[in-house]
Amino acid sequence: MAKILVFTESQNGSLKRSSQELLSVAKKSGNSVSAVAFGSGANQLAAEMGKFGAAEVYVVQEASFDIYNPELFANAAAELIQKSGATIVLASASSLGRDLFPRVAARLDAGIVSDATEIQIQGDSVTTKKPVYSGKAFAKMGFAAGAIQIVLMRANQLPISESPSTPTLIPHSPGKTDLHTLIKEVVKGAVGKLDLTEANIIVSGGRGLKEAANFKMLEDLAQVLGATVGASRAVVDAGWVSHGMQVGQTGKTVAPSLYIAVGISGAIQHLAGMSGSKVVVAINSDPNAPIFQKATYGIVGDAFDVVPKLTEEFKKVLHS
Amino acid sequence: MKFFVCIKQVPDTETKIKVASDGVSIDSSAVKWVMNPYDEYAVEEAVKLRDANPGSQVHVITVGPKKRAGEVLRTALAMGADEGLLIDAPENLDPWTTAQALAKAIAAEGPAQVIFTGKLAIDDNASSVSQMLAESLKIPHTTVVSKFSMTAESVQVERDVEGGAKEVVQMQGSSVVAANKGLNMPRYASLPGIMKAKKKVLKELDLGGLGVTLSTKTKILSLELPAEKAPAKILSGDSAAQAHQLVQLLRDEAKVL
Repeated sequence: MAKILVFTESQNGSLKRSSQELLSVAKKSGNSVSAVAFGSGANQLAAEMGKFGAAEVYVVQEASFDIYNPELFANAAAELIQKSGATIVLASASSLGRDLFPRVAARLDAGIVSDATEIQIQGDSVTTKKPVYSGKAFAKMGFAAGAIQIVLMRANQLPISESPSTPTLIPHSPGKTDLHTLIKEVVKGAVGKLDLTEANIIVSGGRGLKEAANFKMLEDLAQVLGATVGASRAVVDAGWVSHGMQVGQTGKTVAPSLYIAVGISGAIQHLAGMSGSKVVVAINSDPNAPIFQKATYGIVGDAFDVVPKLTEEFKKVLHS
Repeated sequence: MKFFVCIKQVPDTETKIKVASDGVSIDSSAVKWVMNPYDEYAVEEAVKLRDANPGSQVHVITVGPKKRAGEVLRTALAMGADEGLLIDAPENLDPWTTAQALAKAIAAEGPAQVIFTGKLAIDDNASSVSQMLAESLKIPHTTVVSKFSMTAESVQVERDVEGGAKEVVQMQGSSVVAANKGLNMPRYASLPGIMKAKKKVLKELDLGGLGVTLSTKTKILSLELPAEKAPAKILSGDSAAQAHQLVQLLRDEAKVL
């Protein structure tokens, strides 16, 4: 039996959905599952990890780990992978995961696949699938025999299943390391909203909305759906909304269950960022817009007419 | 002072991707090659920094097949970089091989004050080389950078993270900075720039010459195109009917509500 080490992330004191997915897939593989929690809330998180089948949790209960510092975390992560004896390491393809684990892989001479959308774990051997060439192809990736296998999974790709256990807590104090990196400040973004990369439902707007003020209409729809609002490159470049909201190449790659594109024609750079969406709704006045080729459901019509009615319909169904 | 920029030649986003007969790589016969979009921000930032620091130099490096990859260096030289280095290597390198080749070359050509890269390459979507390069050189890194400034001892950058938040990071000594959109507005290569680029130094090395062996820690087992999707169901009726139908379908057929 192989040992899988899952690096978790939390938000507002609870385990992120993406981390729950990783624990669930690890447990389902039949291997022994260990997890890692960083920061001053680590002990509390450990109990929550037991819910998804973690048998032991390495706890780095130190306030210096409340804020991500690449050198500090790389040192601790490499130590923990070695200490645990894990041959499979799972983490999220998040801002933190994507930044941290390539450095850890280099230090441990491990293999790494970033941004996987599928994973198969058979015994101690892992294969994954990931989008390449801007989502126009998928690469099935394997690891060399004997290598430590690190996989960074995209959020919202795996089912969650609970298998309660009471994990053994293993406190760990990372060895001291010289830091050349200082995190001076973390400037907060939008509060309480899921990031586009983690959102289960996204409502996205483009040029068809005609002006910045009309994004209000999408925010109303998003509010009803519990969705995050995204945008096309054209409207970001026009200064209507911030770059953090851009979906597509040079923006964010998203994979929600439901993606509603309003007034977005569907340039190939935009499609590159949202082709991982499970269900796509396109609302556009131009029946020939390329977005309809990626859509599951299409409405050819005036967004200003359709969207408010849609908001009302969702309200009836979801809040009745 | 030397600034290095590591860049990659990738298929243009508009290029139609076809799987080659080997099943693990793309058919490159009809591919239009361009500079990786994020690398343009890296080149621009280095050139601006060079201009603000008289006497300094910008070196651009790429790792890729000699028969095509040199072109991306000419583009960077035309944007204002001073010297190019092509490291000849096979297609589809594992990121670790690329990172080691870059680290060895920079160690030999350096010392580097700042090493700029793009935050990821849009072909293999690995977003790994920058951090591996920093680890190889035992220097700090910051990825997804949309703001940069430099003093004598350190650089200060802003890194974009989830939810529109930003981390303000200071790094001491030399460092790797991986650029995101928003860092600057990359210039186009001007005609005089293109003419000047032809006279600039473009050196060539290969993996063997740098003492780098091919890493096979990961390998592509197969390359597949996305499954053909069924055509969209276009909803009819007036807007009220369309909205009603859509919500029913999302709930009962697609089951995403």
